[in-house]
Amino acid sequence: MSASDVSPTAPGSDVLDSPMQGVWPPTPAMLASPVDPDLSRAQAKRLRKAWETPRGWRHVTAVNNTHVGKWYAMTALAFMLGAGVLALLMRIQLAVPENGFLDSDRFNQFFTMHGSAMMFLFAVPMFEAISILLLPALLGTRDMPFPRLSAYGYWCFLIGGIFVLGSVLFDAAPSSGWFMYPPLATESEGIGADIWLLGLSFIEVASIAAAVELIVGVIKCRPPGMRINLMPLYAWYVLVVGGMILFAFPPLIAGDFLFELQRSLDWPFFDPDRGGDPLLWQHLFWIFGHPEVYIIFLPSIAIAAMVVPTAARVPIAGYSWIVLSAVGTGFLSFGLWVHHMFTTGLPALSLGFFSAASEAVVIPTGVQIFAFLATLMVGRARMILPMLWIAGAVAIFTAGGLTGVMVALAPFDWQVHDTYFIVAHLHYTLFGGMVFPVIGGVYYFFPVIKKKKLSERLGRWSFWLCFTGFNICFLPMHLTGLLGMPRRVYTYQADLGWNALNLVSTVGAFVLALGILVFVWDLVRPKRHEPHTPRNPWGAGTLEWTHDVPDEPWGVRSVPYITSRYPLWDQPELLARMDAGRFYLPDAPEGLRETMITSAVDAVPLHVARLSGPGWSPLVAALFTGGAFILPTFKIYTPAVICGLLAIAAILFWLWTATARIPEKPFKDGGLGLRLPTYVSGPKAPGWWAVFITMLGDATGFASLVFGMFFYWTARPDFPPPDSPHADPVLSGIAALLFGAAWAATRLARGLNAAGLIGAARGSLLAGPLLALAGCGALIAAILHLAPQTHVYPAMVWALVIWTVSHVLCGAIMQGYCLARSLAGRMTAQYDADLWNTTLFWHFLLATCLIGTAMVALIPRAM
Amino acid sequence: MPNPVPQRYHGLSGMAWLSTLFLAGCKGQQSVLAPAGRDAEVLAGLFWVLLAGAVVLWLAVNGLMLYIAHLNPRPQSRRMAEGLIIGGGIVLPTLLLTALLIYSLREMPRQREAGSGLTVRITGESWWWRVEYLREGTPIASANEVRLPTGSRSELVLEASEYIHSFWIPAFGGKTDMIPGRTTRMSLEPTKSGEYRGQCTEFCGESHARMALIGVAMEPQDFAEWLTAQAGPADDPLTPQAMRGRDIFLREGCGGCHTIRGTPAQGAVGPDLTHFGGRRSLAAATLPMERQALIDWLRDPAAIKPGVRMPAYDHVPEADLADLATYLEGLE
Repeated sequence: MSASDVSPTAPGSDVLDSPMQGVWPPTPAMLASPVDPDLSRAQAKRLRKAWETPRGWRHVTAVNNTHVGKWYAMTALAFMLGAGVLALLMRIQLAVPENGFLDSDRFNQFFTMHGSAMMFLFAVPMFEAISILLLPALLGTRDMPFPRLSAYGYWCFLIGGIFVLGSVLFDAAPSSGWFMYPPLATESEGIGADIWLLGLSFIEVASIAAAVELIVGVIKCRPPGMRINLMPLYAWYVLVVGGMILFAFPPLIAGDFLFELQRSLDWPFFDPDRGGDPLLWQHLFWIFGHPEVYIIFLPSIAIAAMVVPTAARVPIAGYSWIVLSAVGTGFLSFGLWVHHMFTTGLPALSLGFFSAASEAVVIPTGVQIFAFLATLMVGRARMILPMLWIAGAVAIFTAGGLTGVMVALAPFDWQVHDTYFIVAHLHYTLFGGMVFPVIGGVYYFFPVIKKKKLSERLGRWSFWLCFTGFNICFLPMHLTGLLGMPRRVYTYQADLGWNALNLVSTVGAFVLALGILVFVWDLVRPKRHEPHTPRNPWGAGTLEWTHDVPDEPWGVRSVPYITSRYPLWDQPELLARMDAGRFYLPDAPEGLRETMITSAVDAVPLHVARLSGPGWSPLVAALFTGGAFILPTFKIYTPAVICGLLAIAAILFWLWTATARIPEKPFKDGGLGLRLPTYVSGPKAPGWWAVFITMLGDATGFASLVFGMFFYWTARPDFPPPDSPHADPVLSGIAALLFGAAWAATRLARGLNAAGLIGAARGSLLAGPLLALAGCGALIAAILHLAPQTHVYPAMVWALVIWTVSHVLCGAIMQGYCLARSLAGRMTAQYDADLWNTTLFWHFLLATCLIGTAMVALIPRAM
Repeated sequence: MPNPVPQRYHGLSGMAWLSTLFLAGCKGQQSVLAPAGRDAEVLAGLFWVLLAGAVVLWLAVNGLMLYIAHLNPRPQSRRMAEGLIIGGGIVLPTLLLTALLIYSLREMPRQREAGSGLTVRITGESWWWRVEYLREGTPIASANEVRLPTGSRSELVLEASEYIHSFWIPAFGGKTDMIPGRTTRMSLEPTKSGEYRGQCTEFCGESHARMALIGVAMEPQDFAEWLTAQAGPADDPLTPQAMRGRDIFLREGCGGCHTIRGTPAQGAVGPDLTHFGGRRSLAAATLPMERQALIDWLRDPAAIKPGVRMPAYDHVPEADLADLATYLEGLE
């Protein structure tokens, strides 16, 4: 069915089984009929009340995407400036040979933190911040699907970021490089490595939470009629990048898990003397690390994809090509990680394969760049300020891409690997592929957020300072590297021909820093006395320019019906009708925050979601989660466990009070003659999707551990050691059966509950956690005789069991939660979303348990 | 810092068009662009091809952008745009990259092939290089200096003791990591005799910046003579000063870590010092092999190399340090 097909009588066939009632799609006559101005004013008043932001000290309880997104972006910017200062200090040290400005240890801390902070505290969070801030606006929706989750993610990020970056001030920062290669990092003294592992794992969890929310936002929160092929390109990129975060971060988290077990309990995963292998970490790190590069790069392309059509005043050329390329880049990026390991002595065949794969990624990247050039050709390019930054980005990025083509060739990489040539290459890709487009994006989108423009004059000054400074700093580094200067050296001898080049780079770094400062000043300088811009100052065609923030907190006055990729260009009445409340959800009679949930592909209205409003629980939960991650760094374990329990309690409280609330009526008027359900469960509900997507990421983490097991088996002749004891097969078998029974009890409970057999369902939900706990006991008993410190084999078995058991405990809590909800009357036969989500979790959990017990008890005997 | 080894200028043809800055840079002893080995020559050649291609492509893409953005040409049709995307984004890179892969794989240097002559085992220590020339019986031990004959492909067996390092002498060829618990390998074929600097390129902790080495390419005949001399025990001290130095060496327990063949010093923790005085540099190519540098090093190694495992000998009187230096310098 075509969304522009507005036949008045026949609703689309794909919505016949939808519980939605009424007319779909809306007729032109319905859209054209005026709204009574008095009614509209009354609606607006109620809507404003529902979306009111808490004032004063309660402002921190705000969860609205415009607030959280802004905090998120400003925090990421602050961390970037901190990491940038570290870079300047390093450039001072390297300005002249044999400099004594920084000693070796301090320098090592600085470059480790510079890389770690730029990656984990700036590049990825900045994408998430901008997306949280803009995605609802781009989609013409009210807010993100889980506003409190955004807030929780933000607070985790803030706490973790201050902890990690702050360590530099106490001379306690990690100093083994952002890649943390063992054995150097596993054996490093002090708490630096633990700060890195625990602090950044904490932030990675928050990043995954944001990714889940963004994916669900794109899939389920599009405005009615915005079929998937009408989505703004930015939303496509959010989908791709969210998916990449979901599959890229878990291997790193699994690696962190093993790494921290080695550091705190001396389990020898990376210790060759006891069967371990440092290379496993390199694989897990780069399976994360290479997609990470594209996780950083693609969102910036997405910004360019929004700016370029506006600058050219025509729709983007090659929309489908761009989408295909983005998806293709996403997939390919997971097949390139070995090019970071070309010098580790891998077989020639895999070098050839990964060289070819690394070159192949040029093609989708090139398509995206050429699509922008093509768009500019089709239209008449205006060099508006954001476009200037994008053009600068293209100039820098293409240079980085071309050196990328060089280093992707394994033999050439053998020469330049880990030299300043790579430092130059990666900064060209990251400045061209992230910093410049993001600053361009800030200049472009700023009026959406503040209804004011940033300064044209300062913007141009900033651009030219950054552009020249960047090139003065990094262009010479190509040569410095070819002349043999390795990366990560705190000093160098005077007679190697590197002196002038380094001095020039240092000068360039300061020019670049000046440019960044001009930009930051432009961003934060007071603008109270400047006039408001009109709502669409660049004459763009996409929905974010309908936003009336900050004057109105509701996002959109009414959720529009969309039939075009550039609605503001193609649907001339759109803005007036949105503002009048002609479209969907124009009112908030119940005083609740609501948004439209639509179908994943065709964006047919499915239901009205009640969103959670401001609250303390995300902040409190984040504080305790922080305690649980941060305290173990200092070997303070008991309070850490208490913090963990309190964090779980805070999250349960938040879920209990704010999610899956039974509505006062099953249907409500959604506007334009639609009656929509106010509660859905199962695959129609965003919450179910969130669980599904989260569990895909979780399964990836588990798969990484399983990969580790097979890696040792193939890489080490003594895995498992011939005389090593194995897990008890009988107890392991019993554990598997008990886990299976716990899963069956959950699935059965859902069926019984839906059939109205509430008592039986409760009985089943009571049996579930007991079976699950018994299974945990059996599994632990099966391996108690294995000593994890002696060899990597028992350590790996223990790691798999810890992973499995902690997940089963989580599953048991969820079963207990459903039971409590049922007893409290918050879950009924009809309103059973909690039970659907718990069952879905258990489907994944069953797979984890069965594979986990097989990996523990069966597979090693066959190895 | 004084010059540890004499600088050499390796002229390069076809580069005159580059800036003087660039040419000045090529005098470096650690340069990819001044090859003195079969593999490095291939890779330097590959680089110039890659660079030329990259410059042409960069100019084409950015020239096109500048043309569109600034000259503001007549708007083109959507068909034309699609053509640019497919032609520029798919057809052109596919052709170029296929050609590039075929070319570079054909030109693939032989440094992963098995060596034919000499075998050297090099172990990355913290933060120096243990170098052993393998032969039947006990290997000939040395440190921080790798001598290879020109004209034949020598096999390098690479290991690491504590941390990961990466062995790299750019004038000879590419680098290979040294990983604890694993043995990696490569082979190198120097073509021009001379001295070339190399350096550890995998971050290995506090003194990563101070972990360099000297690669010496020698004519086969010279190399054979040198190796024979290396196989022998240390020279006995001849002067009274040097004899005192040997006594101090033994008295201070230096032999607990260092070996000097032909003396009671048989330690295996630190570098073998049997022919120490014949080496071109000190402390993993951090200091020149000069008397004062040696005394400074003995007095307080950590001041030169942070985190170094060798303890300071600042309690030893200055005169004794001087004698010790005399003895060590004499171990040619």
